[in-house]
Amino acid sequence: MISLLAAIAIAVLTIGGALFSLIAAIGLNRLPDLYTRMHAASKAGTVGSGLLLLAVGLHAADVATFGRALAGIIFFVLTAPISAHLLARAAHKVGYKLSSASVRDDMMS
Amino acid sequence: MTPELIVEYASVAAIVILVIALLMTVYRVVVGPTLPDRVIALDMLVGIVIGFIAVIALRTGYTLYIDIAIALGLVGFLATVAFARFILARGCVGEGERVEAGRGPSKPAKTKTAKNVKASKPAGSLGKEGK
Repeated sequence: MISLLAAIAIAVLTIGGALFSLIAAIGLNRLPDLYTRMHAASKAGTVGSGLLLLAVGLHAADVATFGRALAGIIFFVLTAPISAHLLARAAHKVGYKLSSASVRDDMMS
Repeated sequence: MTPELIVEYASVAAIVILVIALLMTVYRVVVGPTLPDRVIALDMLVGIVIGFIAVIALRTGYTLYIDIAIALGLVGFLATVAFARFILARGCVGEGERVEAGRGPSKPAKTKTAKNVKASKPAGSLGKEGK
């Protein structure tokens, strides 16, 4: 038994999170090279799953559940940049090239 | 229109959108020209599956699914870190020649451009690096 306002907020969060995941998937398919794909997948994907977890926490209307959902969101927000950074650094160090459309490479030594 | 019905419709729509996103990401896993592309797509796949688990928890009201989502996020993070270490240790084995077509040989010392090495046989080309 949830109120109408809470139901609308949960619906907006759910559909917004799913749309962010869809945007990340579109970016993963449309962008030209490895590093720009990483930019799409890492940021929009994290926001998508974070919004969906926040919707679950609001729907339960329970402090313990909301706290766990918030802990999950904080964990994803903290770990997604680390993994993307590690992967991009490894790929750049090993020698995977940027797209031919890119204008400069600050890490090129 | 009751509040429960709004949440029901929203969760069904979210599942449909997430299925489309999942299929597009699986397409990138299959066709992705290099190994880091596939690793990024796998990382993204973990994020989408976390979203699926959240929607299922929303529909069933069984909030223990959130713990499963957190555990899956931990496993996905560790898998991506391990793959990054593996890419660092393996080196560039000549895959993704199409991407660097517009640039000259800017780093000739680091990349061993073995053009005949197939990307579909990583086991055979792995021994050549020997790191």
